[in-house]
Amino acid sequence: MQRWLASLSATGLLLCAGPALAQLKATAQNVPEIPYDSVPNFLKLPVGEYLGEAVGVATNSKGHVFVYHRSATTRLFEFDQNGNFLKEIGKGYYGFEFAHSVRVDAQDNIWTVDEGTNVVTKFSPEGKVLMVLGRRPPAVAGEVATTTGPNQPSQKYIFCRPTDVGWDPQENIFVSDGYCNNRVVKYDRNGRFLAQVGSEKAGKEPGQFSLPHGIAVDGQGSVYVADRSNFRYQVLDNNLKPRATYDNVGVGWTVCVSQGPHQYLFASNSNPNGNRPGSWAITGEIYKMELDGTILGRFGHASKEFGGFQVVHMVDCRNPNEIVVGEIESWRVQKLILKPQAAKAVTR
Amino acid sequence: MKCLLPLLLTAAVLGAAPVVAQTPVPEIAFDSAPNPLALPDDIYLGETAGVATNSKGDVFVYTRTGHPTVSLGGARAFAHGGSRLFEFDRNGKFVREIGQNSYGLMYAQQVRIDPQDNIWIVDQMTNYVIKFDPEGRVAMLLGRKAEAITIPAPPARGPQAIAGGAPGAGEQTDLFDRPTDVAWDGAGNIYVSDGLGNARVAKFNKNGVFIKSWGAKGTEQGNFGNARAIAVDARGTVYVGDGGNRRIELFDGDGNFKTQYTNIGTPQALCITPGPNQFIYSSNSNPPNDIDVAGEIYKMRLDGSIVGKFGRAGKLPKEFGTVNAIDCRNDNTLYVGEIGNMRVQKLTLR
Repeated sequence: MQRWLASLSATGLLLCAGPALAQLKATAQNVPEIPYDSVPNFLKLPVGEYLGEAVGVATNSKGHVFVYHRSATTRLFEFDQNGNFLKEIGKGYYGFEFAHSVRVDAQDNIWTVDEGTNVVTKFSPEGKVLMVLGRRPPAVAGEVATTTGPNQPSQKYIFCRPTDVGWDPQENIFVSDGYCNNRVVKYDRNGRFLAQVGSEKAGKEPGQFSLPHGIAVDGQGSVYVADRSNFRYQVLDNNLKPRATYDNVGVGWTVCVSQGPHQYLFASNSNPNGNRPGSWAITGEIYKMELDGTILGRFGHASKEFGGFQVVHMVDCRNPNEIVVGEIESWRVQKLILKPQAAKAVTR
Repeated sequence: MKCLLPLLLTAAVLGAAPVVAQTPVPEIAFDSAPNPLALPDDIYLGETAGVATNSKGDVFVYTRTGHPTVSLGGARAFAHGGSRLFEFDRNGKFVREIGQNSYGLMYAQQVRIDPQDNIWIVDQMTNYVIKFDPEGRVAMLLGRKAEAITIPAPPARGPQAIAGGAPGAGEQTDLFDRPTDVAWDGAGNIYVSDGLGNARVAKFNKNGVFIKSWGAKGTEQGNFGNARAIAVDARGTVYVGDGGNRRIELFDGDGNFKTQYTNIGTPQALCITPGPNQFIYSSNSNPPNDIDVAGEIYKMRLDGSIVGKFGRAGKLPKEFGTVNAIDCRNDNTLYVGEIGNMRVQKLTLR
């Protein structure tokens, strides 16, 4: 296991031999199953356009849906609240190479996190670049090959395959970084470095991470980090001090905090890439929780069929009863209507 | 080494501060125009390495955007694309793209406009200096792109030299190693700062015939740590931004060292205003991985005395993210191109 983690962080390869299946299984027992419907044909793409790996999905205050996906090139699409295609944003943009996350902030600015260019970009609601964090490695420097060996020391303003972004009510910026750093970085609203927790090195202690893969911030400024290769979520206070760990809901793939006065936490124990025999039986579900970690229910399962999930990479939960999920495999975005009042306890 | 750079720079800044502290440099008040360039919805600036205006006030931007791409063919890998050259009118309205899909645009480094309004670009990866005529047709090429690239990249070759020559002196021809900038004297002679691989200045006549080159890697007077930027004043004096040694070196047109200015940080971008009373603008650009150091631009007289400075590193308007280009055709209305913030700012000094 230790060796596998080392190889993961050193090479960034995700498809090498994975962890033992048993580690992927959530330990929470008797979790109520929340029924849901998946809206048929939700996103309506123009003829000739295709989604690739739908790793990033987010909605704005009008319900518009943004999909940041790995097509022949990485692209960002905007759809209206009914799933009609509106436009492409960032066509040919230098900060797009290998999509990882898209999020929409409280002012409806659109933020992309690209793990191919190491760039986090803030677009205005109209799609103009407002701020750039990080820097794409210069091609002229010959940095075109996969790096090997130990991770380079982390730097304040340079990311190494960053994964996700979130904001507190003061508009401070939090970046989970990433596949070859193992840290969370906090910037002020103007993009100036304030603090970080973790480092380039992976670790298991509180405040250490092993592939921080997703991040969300609640209305009190607490920070929730999907600590994927540690099979847990870490909760940090606003100054990045570790406060709690939720380790009973499987692998920490991605995390979302809903809007409104009563905020919920959504956490995905996504099925692992590769679909190894047996993996579907113990992974694939998404948990709905209170912010304090109390589990309210779960929904979904691993499947290639419509309504099931194929490696959920991102969850939008602006409305806690209308969930939009982006899946890596099946190249798919689904809109789910949850029926939490009908939740009933099941044993699996 | 790459990771040590900011530490060294920081140390240099902190360490140098007490020594440099003389009379404080006046701050020049300035404004930044909101949205100076109106981009079409499907065009995005990337790292804005070059910006320049022509005699009509049209604005040219050479930017690292799009996708540098490697094609696999035979036993070799071929790289292309990655940078684009755009033209805007004096009001910032998009006019056209120049050089799209050409062989020479990969890693934008600089754009300059000569007195005849020809558009010259310098590309750090294809090692071309390309002259486009005002209509956008290729009029002259200096340098040649490597036919193929190697992945992973081989160890850096180090500064190139002809047999027995000094490191960085380069070959006595127009083969560049990461050239950075281009300038002309009154007779139309062409000066190329070359650059970040080599450490020399190469001089050509107006027809592109190689005349001579000077400089080598080093810290002595007449040497360069790297040659980051170049400008020529009305009397033919050549100013070279020596980023590695944090100085501007002055030469006559034959490459004879005249003097140096050492109190303005790392001169990553240089511009000399036209007109009878010329000024120098020089940017002490912050390194791309840190916005908490440097970033200010100096205004100087040709004799090196400092008029004032303005700006600092950062991401807001009136802050700078690694300025790589300054256009100063108008004394107090500047265009600056930024690497870190992927934008052009139009500044008015007060």
